[in-house]
Amino acid sequence: MAKYMLIMRGTDEGVAAFRELDVREVIAAMGRYNESMMQAGVLVGGEGLSDADEGAVVDFSAETPVVTDGPYGETKELFNGFWILDVPTRDDAVEWAKRAPLHGAGNKIEVRRVNGPEDFPQDDEWIQKEAVWREQLGTN
Amino acid sequence: MAGAARDELSAADTGRRAVEAVWRIESARIVGALARYTGDFPLAEDVASEALAEALVAWPRDGVPRDPVAWLLHVGRLRAVDAFRRRSGRDARYAALGRELPEGGAHAGAAPALPDDPDVLWDPDRIDDDRLALLFVACHPVLPREARLALTLRVVGGLTSEQVAAALLVPVPTVQARITRAKKTLAAAGVRFEVPPAAERAERLGSVLNVVYVLFTEGSSASTGDSWIRLDLAHEAVRLARVLVRLVPDEPEAQGLLALLELTAARFPARTGPDGEPVLLADQDRRRWDRSAIRRGRAALARARAAGRGLGPYGLQAAIAEQHDLAPSVPGTDWARIVELYGALARVAPSPVVDLNRAVAVSQASGPAAALPLVDALADAGALRGTYLVPSVRGELLARLGRTDEARAELLRAATLCGNARERAVLERKAADLRDA
Repeated sequence: MAKYMLIMRGTDEGVAAFRELDVREVIAAMGRYNESMMQAGVLVGGEGLSDADEGAVVDFSAETPVVTDGPYGETKELFNGFWILDVPTRDDAVEWAKRAPLHGAGNKIEVRRVNGPEDFPQDDEWIQKEAVWREQLGTN
Repeated sequence: MAGAARDELSAADTGRRAVEAVWRIESARIVGALARYTGDFPLAEDVASEALAEALVAWPRDGVPRDPVAWLLHVGRLRAVDAFRRRSGRDARYAALGRELPEGGAHAGAAPALPDDPDVLWDPDRIDDDRLALLFVACHPVLPREARLALTLRVVGGLTSEQVAAALLVPVPTVQARITRAKKTLAAAGVRFEVPPAAERAERLGSVLNVVYVLFTEGSSASTGDSWIRLDLAHEAVRLARVLVRLVPDEPEAQGLLALLELTAARFPARTGPDGEPVLLADQDRRRWDRSAIRRGRAALARARAAGRGLGPYGLQAAIAEQHDLAPSVPGTDWARIVELYGALARVAPSPVVDLNRAVAVSQASGPAAALPLVDALADAGALRGTYLVPSVRGELLARLGRTDEARAELLRAATLCGNARERAVLERKAADLRDA
């Protein structure tokens, strides 16, 4: 079993297409989707993000980081939320991603495995500290 | 050419893995919907298996269909219609021979009870009922234990026969034979596809909880076989327990079972060393425990307690696991609380193993002198005779009390009774260390 993150990504076009829809219907569709993953016992976390115009981007292209307030016109895709699933294979994570209630050009889900303790050298001092932080934060 | 052949192979592999992933997610809905509409679980399992087998051939060849679930359901439905036709034909022939027909004759000549529109099978309000009915049927007490495990993994867990075989460490034909026999047994016993009536429900739920628990313990005792496969089995059991608490949220023991599994699985990341060797609780790096699993387990345990009926055997074991999970170390564990919890467990589910575990907890809480009389009583009563458990604990306690000769004799006696080579070596080494001391 491994943890996978389904990352919701969308272009301005994709996000705009969602704004056309009835908010209640979008919430209901997401609710049904989340419920189906709860029913299947695979959903272990997730968050949705507020609009990019409330956010900021810190760009490291120059020597000094440059901060741009949202909605950062030149950005092609925005990260809009994520789910964390506990599933046996990447194929399962992809299958769940395909069922997400997203439609239309510019809307995507990226599927990534979440690193576990086995991905890092356990004798590293900072990795050991991180394990303590996780204990304090109640995450893993 | 070689490259093209490889591409074909990898496309076939991708197709197969896609079928398997869809099946893991959807098999319960597909078998459940077909069972509800045919009123015949064994038939539904048959035709769903046929649909899966066809998908395993067709999808790698033709590509995954746009709506894979509709495809599987459609094929399953067609095969069910075929089966009804075959039965009707057979029944008609039997009738022509003038034989008496047993039950099932009611289907003779009748149209299959399947709707033409596959969408009708997707009644979202029925999915939970179907899934629960499926669990109750797969775990039916009329079935032998092995059949319950295989059937649950197959129809509720959505594993292929090959995956069930790998998980249970038996050959594929054995799994197939168990499932075939199980379906015959269910048919012969006239088991209906339904959530059992209130009068039977407690006993039937007990069987479901037991199957999930046994799957977990089979998976988590990595004494045999390929360990990662076994861990997959344990994780599958955790997932099934999560499914179950969604279906019966008001059953405190279902919550207790989920809590026990989450709180135990939380320690898995620290349970094996770099070379796959087992690491004892005392030596585990507790920072590697899965904090989010502990949080989920504690939340489930809180729900079990909130029912206000006192914890059952699973809930109490979960409460013990919780104490270990919260402790910073073995000496820093609240052993007095664990002694109490084992005492409560011994009252609701008396067993010499529980008594022995309680004695071990007493030795941690109050020292070996307090625990020895408890273990002596077990030994005098002949409890767990023929196993190494009592002499190994007795040997440890005697050693801690400085009664070295008696301790050595007990540890060696334990070693001769121990079937597992690795554990036997540990006991022999402990006995030898006493000699040197």
